[in-house]
Amino acid sequence: MSDDAPINVVGLNHWFGAGEARKQALFDIDLKVARGSLTVLMGPSGSGKTTVLTLMGCLRDLQDGSINLLGHELMGAGTALNEALRRRLGFIFQAHNLHGSLTAMQNVQMGLQVHRLDDPKAEQEAARHALSLLGLSDRLDYLPANLSGGQKQRVAVARALVGNPDIVFADEPTAALDKESGLNVVAMLRKLGQKRGTTTVMVTHDNRILELADRIVTLEDGRIVSDRMVNPSV
Amino acid sequence: MNRLLQWLFGRLPIGWLQLTHSRTRFAAAIAGVAFANVLVFVQLGIMNSMATATLKPYEFFTADIMISASDANSLTEGGNVARQWLFQAQADPEVTLGTGIFVGNTSWPRPTKTLGLTSFGIDPTLPDFLSPVLKPKLATLQLSDSGILDMATRGLPPEEAAAIRPQTPASFEVTGKTLTLYDTFQGGGGFGGDGYLIMSDQTFLSLYPARRSAAPDHILLKVAPGADPETVSARLRELISDKSLRIRSYAQAKADDLKYQQTKRPTGIIFGFGVIIGVLVGIVIVYQVLSTDVADHLSEYATFKAMGYPQKFFLGIVFEEALILAVFGFVPGVIVGTGLLAGMKKATNLPLAMTWDMAVIVLIGTLVACSLSGAIATRRLAAADPADLF
Repeated sequence: MSDDAPINVVGLNHWFGAGEARKQALFDIDLKVARGSLTVLMGPSGSGKTTVLTLMGCLRDLQDGSINLLGHELMGAGTALNEALRRRLGFIFQAHNLHGSLTAMQNVQMGLQVHRLDDPKAEQEAARHALSLLGLSDRLDYLPANLSGGQKQRVAVARALVGNPDIVFADEPTAALDKESGLNVVAMLRKLGQKRGTTTVMVTHDNRILELADRIVTLEDGRIVSDRMVNPSV
Repeated sequence: MNRLLQWLFGRLPIGWLQLTHSRTRFAAAIAGVAFANVLVFVQLGIMNSMATATLKPYEFFTADIMISASDANSLTEGGNVARQWLFQAQADPEVTLGTGIFVGNTSWPRPTKTLGLTSFGIDPTLPDFLSPVLKPKLATLQLSDSGILDMATRGLPPEEAAAIRPQTPASFEVTGKTLTLYDTFQGGGGFGGDGYLIMSDQTFLSLYPARRSAAPDHILLKVAPGADPETVSARLRELISDKSLRIRSYAQAKADDLKYQQTKRPTGIIFGFGVIIGVLVGIVIVYQVLSTDVADHLSEYATFKAMGYPQKFFLGIVFEEALILAVFGFVPGVIVGTGLLAGMKKATNLPLAMTWDMAVIVLIGTLVACSLSGAIATRRLAAADPADLF
């Protein structure tokens, strides 16, 4: 594994709650993720997968341990650094979280406007291209309410990828998709890894995806119990 | 509209898209802001009309200095002033002319209603104290037991007012004597009476025998050209031995009267509170709309936070919505407000009207109030936690 790993987690512990209700969710997690790889986090509910994902994605403050993300230490990182780093990430949520008042294309444009390109035409073209890659070129002006669950999820994927993120964090991205669409999305992520070096960390229970993963990390009760390199070439 | 706003903000007009996504809610929000605007317009309109009505009788005269009793807060209130102070004031080298004016209330019994007329008795031999509008009617005032009537008197049909001419005068009885109206002038209804009546001081004293020529209600003075009324007033305050008298420039007397009507009289205070309540209603309505909107879009905002949008982006959306509501609510508000004020003017004959400065003040006030509501509503943005999305 190269030293320029975009994600390097060392001795990560995390707790929820306070006082007597304080409960440790993660125990001494060490995880180094290679650039361009597709890493799958697996484990039963409550095992800490999502907590790891949110900590690596700058969505929670670190309590103990260290995460080096894209060359920046997250322990003690301020709001400005967190926001700057998030702009280099792509998030795909289980619930699509599309903005109900924006069309499919406008939702995808939001993934670009955060970079303040100030070029509406280029933004629209990029959004149109991303949606067409996901088979939604005929749904550009549809509001989310008029899209199926799978279509919404594909719009969310387009929104996450349109800004060419360095890392994609995905939480059950294929849950709302049929088999073909699901595999299509993961194959796209894998292709991005190979072509552009985009790193993907994905939480999933979907066994269909495992064959496309480079690495499978399994968590149980807040600890890594298994870390298998499926594709040693990464 | 989308393109205009996108060009204006340099980003997708999310606030506009959010507001217009639910047309019914948007219409209700606009109606709420418009309602608050109408409230403020009506209250401001009444306050303005009170100011106009308060200053109206001052327009009938021209003077530089006014001497009044200590309790004379307005032209139509307060005790009398001894005429000796007029003579003493005229001892000042820069006081060129002086006269006393008498103020009373005259009732004109009409078939359906008795009209209350605020009456002024003035010396018709001193035309310099009369306004340019009244000066041409001086000859009429010099006739015994005659008067000229405010043609805008509330309760007097316009055609009847227009018919009052020297050839076709109108007469009515006052304290057992006949007063004949030979002419009219443009006055305007006030809050105190239905209209105004101007007569000579001799006619006034004849109609009101209890009043004495040595005790007018106010003394009006003219100063020499180039003399400063404020300086002369200050000198007169030293010169006149009755220190309880209010000796002020005419302009200061008007300003004091206006301030008194707006801040001391119950009507002024009530309408002032009405404006505040209107503003508060507007703030509450807009806050309610915006905070509900923020609450409804928390997960979307959390998603944008996760994508790296900074806090100012969210503040921008909320303020964008606040400004849209302010502008869209103002337009129907000003239209309905104008209509209501016109209707009220017709019904009351008070000088009620929508004015440009009033509209601009309310627009600015609406923008400020909506921004304030937006600022309060943004506190709910803190609840949008991107970690909750997973």
